[in-house]
Amino acid sequence: MLDSARTRLAGPAIPVRGHDIDTDRIIPARFLKCVVFEGLGEHAFEDDRRLGQGVHPFDDPRFANARILVVNRNFGCGSSREHAPQAIMRWGRGIHAIVGESFAEIFFGNCVALGVPCVTAAEADVRALQDAVERDPSLAVVVDLPAMRVTAGGLSFAVEMPAGARQQLIEGTWDTTTELLAGRDAIARTAQALPYFAGWR
Amino acid sequence: MGKTLYEKVFEAHAVRRLPSGQYQLLMGLHLIHEVTSPQAFSMLRERGLQVLHPERTFATVDHIIPTHSQTRPLADAQAEEMLQHLERNVAEFGIRFFAPTRGEQGIVHVIGPERGLTQPGMTICCGDSHTATHGAFGAIAFGIGTSQVRDVLATQCLAMEKLKVRRIEVTGRLRPGVYAKDLTLWIINRLGVHGGVGYAYEYGGEVIDRFSMDERMTLCNMAIEGGARCGYVNPDATTYAYLQGREYAPKGAAWERAVAWWESIRSDADARYDDVVTVRGEDIEPVVTWGITPAQSAPVGAALPAPDSFPERERPLVGEAYAYMGLEPGKPVAGTKIDVAFIGSCTNGRLSDFEEVAKHLRGRALTVAPGVKALVVPGSQEVRAELVKRGLDRVFRDAGFEFREAGCSMCLAMNPDRLEGRQVCASSSNRNFKGRQGSPTGRTLLMSPVMVAAAAIRGAVADAREVFGIREA
Repeated sequence: MLDSARTRLAGPAIPVRGHDIDTDRIIPARFLKCVVFEGLGEHAFEDDRRLGQGVHPFDDPRFANARILVVNRNFGCGSSREHAPQAIMRWGRGIHAIVGESFAEIFFGNCVALGVPCVTAAEADVRALQDAVERDPSLAVVVDLPAMRVTAGGLSFAVEMPAGARQQLIEGTWDTTTELLAGRDAIARTAQALPYFAGWR
Repeated sequence: MGKTLYEKVFEAHAVRRLPSGQYQLLMGLHLIHEVTSPQAFSMLRERGLQVLHPERTFATVDHIIPTHSQTRPLADAQAEEMLQHLERNVAEFGIRFFAPTRGEQGIVHVIGPERGLTQPGMTICCGDSHTATHGAFGAIAFGIGTSQVRDVLATQCLAMEKLKVRRIEVTGRLRPGVYAKDLTLWIINRLGVHGGVGYAYEYGGEVIDRFSMDERMTLCNMAIEGGARCGYVNPDATTYAYLQGREYAPKGAAWERAVAWWESIRSDADARYDDVVTVRGEDIEPVVTWGITPAQSAPVGAALPAPDSFPERERPLVGEAYAYMGLEPGKPVAGTKIDVAFIGSCTNGRLSDFEEVAKHLRGRALTVAPGVKALVVPGSQEVRAELVKRGLDRVFRDAGFEFREAGCSMCLAMNPDRLEGRQVCASSSNRNFKGRQGSPTGRTLLMSPVMVAAAAIRGAVADAREVFGIREA
């Protein structure tokens, strides 16, 4: 995997079109019967791929080297299963960033916790990127977090992301355990001030 | 200017501002289950970390547990392995496990309230999106992923952004035969599956004030299906009456102090909301989903919407839904043949859900239609025991329903209960996503438990008010 700082994610892209693609579709529940995340990558979008009989982008050899996933509105809605981003980031050579019209909140948070930036852009820009990638799957797509821009060939458009998550990714502090533990004294103070934590004394 | 419950609870649990600008938020209760926790415990071990507050962490097994028999070892070797991992993890880290052998097991969002763990003013998290359920008690409760489960185990905290608050005011009353499930589906239909992104939903108004805790849980359970990570109801006398005397509820003098604090965290009368939506209770009808998202629903007797009645950008999804479901615009969903009927889940697997159905079945000599597989799956062992004690298991069995052990069952197909092929299921659960109930081509119609029972009896979707003779008083 990469160094922990996420600034400029670059590579070929893969489009998955459609609104409200839920996490059951990204990774069907039967693959959650596991105690490790390894091996989930090959099952990403398994049922959509099976029903699509080979026409799903994840089965299209032209996109086999993709590093950037391009999606539409409310991607990752439904179940909180982290198995969904785990499957995406472990698929093929590994997806390193997602560009979309919008993301479901829990999915977004899971991606940040795994160091996978999800940036949002205007509908027309996302569609233009999907079209461009379909025309030329080798197109180099760059997600630039400091500049908050996506560029791909002649395309260049502004993207958005909540400021806190962006900073965590740029600084490489998205794995929050250490940082949260550093606040141990403050945790104890906050707990003591809460009546129920303090045993209703 | 006053504050909302969300703001008060958030502020009381904010440990500090992180360099990223996010807040470090303390969690009052952490619920865990077998599916989303094993990797979190592995990460903890890899990093040599302990569980900071094992006494605020509680475990159950629900997703993978078979409902025909809980006998060990479980027939499915993968399920057995997951359960063993959970047992090892709770033993090693000193976490209370509501084990099936103790009669305390159940769906995580049923047993938290049942044991009195879920209380007003708490922050509650679980590696499960339906954690919003606990908001029924005036808690700020939301689902998290496994890496965040690791964070909460190690630090009892999460890095969070503050949400906006949308008040959803439900005025008047619900008509007979219309339930909390219909209301929650109605709201999702109006606001869309992503309408709640960035918001916490505060549900209020006369209808909510009169709702029981079970009804409030059904409502809050599906906040996430509308995109809102959490939904809540301000605590009141109904909340306190439910909690008093339960295992983990405060007792004696502590109870009085608790109620005083709970009253203080209610939204102020002059609280400012980022948005307000009003729904008239009288407008709501029994709702059934016809598509592949929980927003794609219609009143049971209404003609299904024409694709060109939707904005252009929505039409591909609408077309995809009709094609997948095999339903036709212009015709009502009523009359759609079903193969399976499922009453249960964290949405509608509580005592009053089954009591309401049993009330309409009892003494009527109504039976499940030939060829329909009908399951009644209590949300917890306690719910199940209570149903048996009241003789309601017999009512269901006599009517041709299978009366099962407690678990998530048919909601998500991580256990033997699942659809086959293109079967159609009338389901009291929360998600009608493609493949959700275990068959990649299986079809789910979401509705209230009473509507599921009506469909089971007719063998096709039907208006429960007609099937059971439910009339205006």
